[in-house]
This record gives sequence, C-alpha cells and structure tokens, in this order.
Amino acid sequence: MDLISFRDLSKEDVEDYFARAEEMDRQLEAGNVEKLDGIVATMFFEPSTRTKLSFQSAAERLGLQIVDFVGSSSSLKKGESFEDTIRTVDGYADIIVIRHPLEGSARVASEFAEAPIANGGDGGNQHPSQTLLDLYTLKKMKGDIGALNVHLVGDLKHARTMRSLLYGLGMFGAKVKLVAPSGLEMARDAIADVKRKFEMEVEETETIDFKDADVVYVCRIQEERFEDKYEAMSVKKKFTIKPEYLQGVKEDMIILHPLPKIDEIPPEVDKSKYAKYFEQAKNGIPMRMGIMKKMLGSARQKKG
Amino acid sequence: MGITVDTIEQGTVVDHIRQGMGIRVMDLLGIDKSYPHRVALVMNVGSGKSNKKDIVKIEGILVSEEKTDAIALIAPNATINHIQEGRVVKKKKAELPEKMEGVGKCPNPKCISNHQDVPSRFALDNGEYRCGYCERKFRASELV
Ligand SMILES: [Zn+2]
Repeated sequence: MDLISFRDLSKEDVEDYFARAEEMDRQLEAGNVEKLDGIVATMFFEPSTRTKLSFQSAAERLGLQIVDFVGSSSSLKKGESFEDTIRTVDGYADIIVIRHPLEGSARVASEFAEAPIANGGDGGNQHPSQTLLDLYTLKKMKGDIGALNVHLVGDLKHARTMRSLLYGLGMFGAKVKLVAPSGLEMARDAIADVKRKFEMEVEETETIDFKDADVVYVCRIQEERFEDKYEAMSVKKKFTIKPEYLQGVKEDMIILHPLPKIDEIPPEVDKSKYAKYFEQAKNGIPMRMGIMKKMLGSARQKKG
Repeated sequence: MGITVDTIEQGTVVDHIRQGMGIRVMDLLGIDKSYPHRVALVMNVGSGKSNKKDIVKIEGILVSEEKTDAIALIAPNATINHIQEGRVVKKKKAELPEKMEGVGKCPNPKCISNHQDVPSRFALDNGEYRCGYCERKFRASELV
C-alpha cells in the first residue's frame, strides 16, 4: 500500500487514516506506544526539514529504524538513474518516504519499489500526508468537517497544499471561501473539479473578512511571484494576518498554516487563542505514525 | 470540377480530418519526404464553409490502433480506413480514448515523464486528459 496522491483516496480511506491517527494519539498520550519492527528509508532529493523530521520522529516513536538517503535532484541527471536508486534503497527498507522536485516522481518510485512509498511532496503536485494531517486537525479540533466554513487565504495558485485541501474539504462537504490576490487564484480546473465531484460550495474573493469563518487556513505569498515590487509589497501587506482582521470573528475560530511561515502571520497573532498551527504541525506525528503502521501491515500481508 | 486522386491498393485513408489538420496528421504518422511510397494530402475537400475537410491517403502502412487514438487528439471524428487490394477492409472512427499509454507527451516540463524513461499516461477526465504522473489536466490537442 502506497500513499502517493490524495486523489487516490476515498472518503472511507481518509476516515481510516483518521481512526489510525486517533489510536496513535491515544497511545502517545498513555505513554505506551506499541513498538514495531522495520526500517524506514527517507529519500529527500530537495530539502524539507520539517517534513523529514516529522516522518523521522513518527518512525522513532513507533520504534522503527531510519536510514537516510542524502540525494540531490542533480544526481538524477548525472549519476545513477532514478530507477536504480529506488531499486537499491528498496532493498534496504520496509518503507520509503520520498520527496522530489519532479511531479509524479513518487508515482514512478512506487512502480519500481516493492516497499510501500509515502510521498513527502513531489514538486507542485501532491503532499498527501500534509493534507491528511490538515484534515485530521480539523476533525480533532472542530468535529464535523462537513459543518465548517473554511477560508483558504494567500497564494492559492502555487500552494500545493491548498489544492489538495480544497479537494479534501469537498470530500467532507465543507463550505469554502477562496481568498487570493488577483493573479494568484486557485487553478480553474481544481475548482471545477470539486464543484462537479462533490457539488461543493466555493466562493472566490479578494476581500479579507473572517467574520463567518470557522477556520482560516493561511499560506505564504512569495514576493518572487510578482514582477512589480510595489505590487508585491502592497499585496503582502494586505495578506498579512493583522490583529485587526481578528476583530469580530467567531470565538472558536482557528487559524492554521502548513509552516514554515515567515512574516505572513505576525507575533501578536501567534499569541492569540486562534493560532493553532503549532498544534497542527504536532498532529503530523500521530498521522504519520498511523500511515507507516498501515504500510507495514500491508507489506507483511503482501509477503504472506 | 474536382481533383482526381488515385485510389490506393494497400494502405490507409484517413478521412473526415478537421480542415487544416491534414498536415498534422501526416506529422503524427511520421510521413515526411523520406517516405518511399505514394502519399496524398487533400485539403479543403467538400462544399460549403463548414463542411470542408482534409483527407490523407498513404500507400504502404496500415495505421495502428495506437496511432488511431493519437489521431483523435488532433482530429476528433476522423475515420481511419485500412485498404487492402483496393478495398476498405476495416473502418474505425478516431475517438478520444478513456486511457492512453505511450501516446502523447505531457506538456508540463516539471513532470517526471519528461525526465525519466517511462511511458506517458493519460486518463480522460471531464473532456480533458489528466497526466498519470503530475496529475495536471490538459486539452487533448496539447498532448501532440
Ligand atoms: Zn505530466
């Protein structure tokens, strides 16, 4: 069993991951995690300290061993082929966690490897464990995801996590408001897709107004996306989550962010009761534990 | 008034090609000046503005199923007729296939299929094709 793309998952699959993460949370809280046997290979062809640490920490908590392949995307062109690299590491590990800048790389890896593959991000395409932990965070903090009004805020064009999150929210029947500066809107086909598949209610706006939001999910706007520096500055300023944006919001509204954040959320907001992104990141541990435990189980079944 | 184009003995006639796409169909089939047998490209056939079409006749090859699918990408509704001994022995309409493997190329430069030796893969999704690797969607005509 691989975890390559959120698009491969049904609602039942996602709920199964929730149940597994919940079980891991229970074991973590009780300080009594059932130890497993196995080796996890982490293959990061581009740096992502947080994702790697999160997978490694989750593996450690499960009692798994970690072997780390230190690769760079340039090694794809020069040295050994991607296929050979994957096949070799496949011989060393029971689970492979891969992050690679080329889109579809994890899918290809899963075809070369016997071991289950966890996609830790393939370029601008998918990062399914992030989407699962985001949804798990919503379920844990808010209960019924389908009852939520979620604002996705920032550069919705380039943020890979946002496209999958929109899909996941659609799956559970949540209402979504897309708040993006002009030119950085969510891709047309991603919106059409969820409207058709889930009959999802999606509103698009450039105006920030969080009063009706249960959840505000923020992502970063990079200056490099703009040719005009002045425009970049004014857009960044508007999309910085200032304390005044939080006046009159629902008491139990929460702010999430995939991290790392730079300056899109100022320290005053970090200190507010709404800021939940560090808890969100922490939920990556039980979710990734659940994912790896499921993978080990399926690998054993395959071997008989 | 008309142009007479010899019938072919052994080969393929691609008919009902959208006007102007005949040359692209020839490209797709790899027909160029080095091709040793008779080839006819007939453009702007038919009467009326909207009914005009192109026809390609190629002596010597029977266009494969795979190529028939690829023709659909640029010339939907074209018909592919296999000719043997001067007669049509098989007629197939080019239709956008639900799934394609090894046909077409993903236009996304960051897609792994453009960097590794893997067959291209596409699945029809609401009238457009989604790449089986990078998961992006493209219009059929963008893949050839
Ligand atoms: Zn692709």
